[in-house]
Amino acid sequence: MSAFNYRGAWAIYTRELMRAMRTAFQSILAPVLTTSLYFIVFGAAIGGRMDAVDGVAYGAFIVPGLLLLTLLSESTSNASFGIYMPRFTGTIYELLSAPVGTAETLAGFVGAAATKSLVLAAIILVTATFFVDYRIEYPVLAALYIMLVASAFSLFGFILGIWADNFEKLGIVPMLILMPLTFLGGTFYSIDMLPDPWRAVAFANPIVYLVNGLRWTFYGSSDVDIWLSFGLTLGFMLACVTAIAIIFRTGWRLRT
Amino acid sequence: MSDVILDIRNLTKIYPGGLKALDDVDLQIRRGEIFALLGPNGAGKTTLIGAVCGLVRPGSGTIHAFGHDMLRDWRKVRGRVGLVPQELSTDMFEPVGRAVAFSRGLFGRPADPARIEEVLRSLSLWDKRDEQIRNLSGGMKRRVLIAKALAHDPDLLFLDEPTAGVDVELRRDMWRQIGVLRGQGVTVILTTHYIEEAEEMADRVGIIRGGRLLMVDDKQAMMARLGRTEAHITLCDPPAVLPPEITRYPVRLEGNDLCYRGGDGSGLGKSEVADLTKALIASGIDYTAIEIRESSLEDIFVDLLEKQA
Repeated sequence: MSAFNYRGAWAIYTRELMRAMRTAFQSILAPVLTTSLYFIVFGAAIGGRMDAVDGVAYGAFIVPGLLLLTLLSESTSNASFGIYMPRFTGTIYELLSAPVGTAETLAGFVGAAATKSLVLAAIILVTATFFVDYRIEYPVLAALYIMLVASAFSLFGFILGIWADNFEKLGIVPMLILMPLTFLGGTFYSIDMLPDPWRAVAFANPIVYLVNGLRWTFYGSSDVDIWLSFGLTLGFMLACVTAIAIIFRTGWRLRT
Repeated sequence: MSDVILDIRNLTKIYPGGLKALDDVDLQIRRGEIFALLGPNGAGKTTLIGAVCGLVRPGSGTIHAFGHDMLRDWRKVRGRVGLVPQELSTDMFEPVGRAVAFSRGLFGRPADPARIEEVLRSLSLWDKRDEQIRNLSGGMKRRVLIAKALAHDPDLLFLDEPTAGVDVELRRDMWRQIGVLRGQGVTVILTTHYIEEAEEMADRVGIIRGGRLLMVDDKQAMMARLGRTEAHITLCDPPAVLPPEITRYPVRLEGNDLCYRGGDGSGLGKSEVADLTKALIASGIDYTAIEIRESSLEDIFVDLLEKQA
C-alpha cells in the first residue's frame, strides 16, 4: 500500500457528500433560505433606505459578510458533525482500524465539509443576484479566499468534533462564539462606522479580518490590510492542521 | 516460527484510573487457524483485539503481524486485518451495498462490484443490498458488519462476540460461514460467550481472566488434559462396603448411585467405565441404569476460572 491511501480518502469524501445529499434540506436548503432572508430584510428592504458604505450600496456591502457568516457556520458544523457522529455511534472503529492516517482522514472529512461549504457559497452568491446588485472585483482572489476560509474552518470544526463529547458542546462554539463574533465582525457595517473605543475593541475580533479580507476581494477596499487577512487565515489553518496532527499522534479522544 | 501470523509479546494495557486490562500477554496465532478467546466479562478480550486493530494504545509490549511491526508498519498490517466489533456500530441510514463497498474503499482496495456481490450473497444479504441498515433485523445487521469486515479480503479476521444476540439458526449459519473462511485460508480470532461455539469451531482456545492469559492450547489437547468422564450407575442393591475390585476406580457411593469421576477427556474414562461395569457384574453387584457424560469445554472453562478465583 502506498504512503497515501487515496482510495480510503475518496471513500470517506464521497460518503460524507452522500450524507449531505441524504439531508439536503438541513445541509443546503436551510442555510440558503436563512441567507436569502438576510438579503431580503437587510439588503432589499432596509438596504434601500441606508447610505452607501465606502461607495458601495448597503445591500451589496453586506454580501461578503453574509457569505462569510454561512461559510464559517457551515464549514464548522459540517466537519464537526462529520467526525462526531462516528464517535457517537461507535462506527469510528472502522476508521481507526483502517489503513488511513491523518492526511487521508483530513482529505476525506475536511475536504467534504469544505466542498459542501463551497457549493453553498456558490448557491448563495447566485441567490444574492436576485436581491442585490453586487460585483466581485478580484474573482480569482475571492475564490481563493473563500476556499481558504472554508478549509480553515472545516479543520477547526474537525477539532471541535473530536473535542465534543456531547451534542451540546458540538453546538456551543458555532452558536455562542462564532455567530456573535461574526455579527460583531463587520458583517453589517464598516468598522470605521464605530465610535471609539469600540472601534479599537473591534480589531481584537479575529472575524473582522476575515470579513474585511473577503470584502476587499469584492470591492477593493476594506478596514484592514488584505494581506494581513490572508496571513491570519493561513496561520489559523496551519495551527488547526498542527493540532489535528498532534491529536492523531496521541490518539486524544480517538483511541483509548 | 514461519507459520505465526500474529505475534504478541508482553502486551500490557492500563487504562486511566488504574484498571489493568492486559497484563503481560504473550500470544502467537498460526496462519489459517481458528482461535477462540474465552473469558468472562471484563477479562480483556476486547482490549486485546482493540490493541491489534489500532483502537487501543498499548502501554508496553510488541505486536507483529505478517512479520511487520504493528506500530511502525501499521498501514501494511491494517490493510490485511478485518474486525467485526461487538456492538452493532454502523451508519444505520446507509444502504447495505454501499456500506460494504465503502469498507472496501476505506481499506485501500479498488472498487469491485463482483466481489461485493459475492460477499453479500455468501451472507444472504444480496436481496437486501438497497435496504437501509436500520430496517434490518439484529441478526442481519450483524451479517452486514461481517460483510463490511470481509469486503477488503482480510487475511486475519477478528470476530468480537460474532453471534451475540442472534438466533440459533443464524448462529449455525455464521458458523458455516466461518468454516468457509477457514477453507479460504483466512485466520480467524473470535471471542465468544458461547463455549459451544468455541467447541464447535476452534482449533485452539485461549482463556483470559483479569487481563492475564491463563491458558492457550489446542482444543483437543485441552479437552484431553483437563476433560473428565462422569458416570452414574444405579445399583439394584448397593453393598454396605464396596469390594477392592470396584474401589480401584475413582468411584463414590451416593445412595443407590455409584458415581465415577475420572478419565482424561481422551476416551480413557469411557473405557474405564466399561471395565467398571464388568467388575460390578463379576462382583455380583447388579445395576439397572447407566448415565455417562464427558465434560465439555464449558466445564473445563468454569473449573479453570473457579480455581484461579
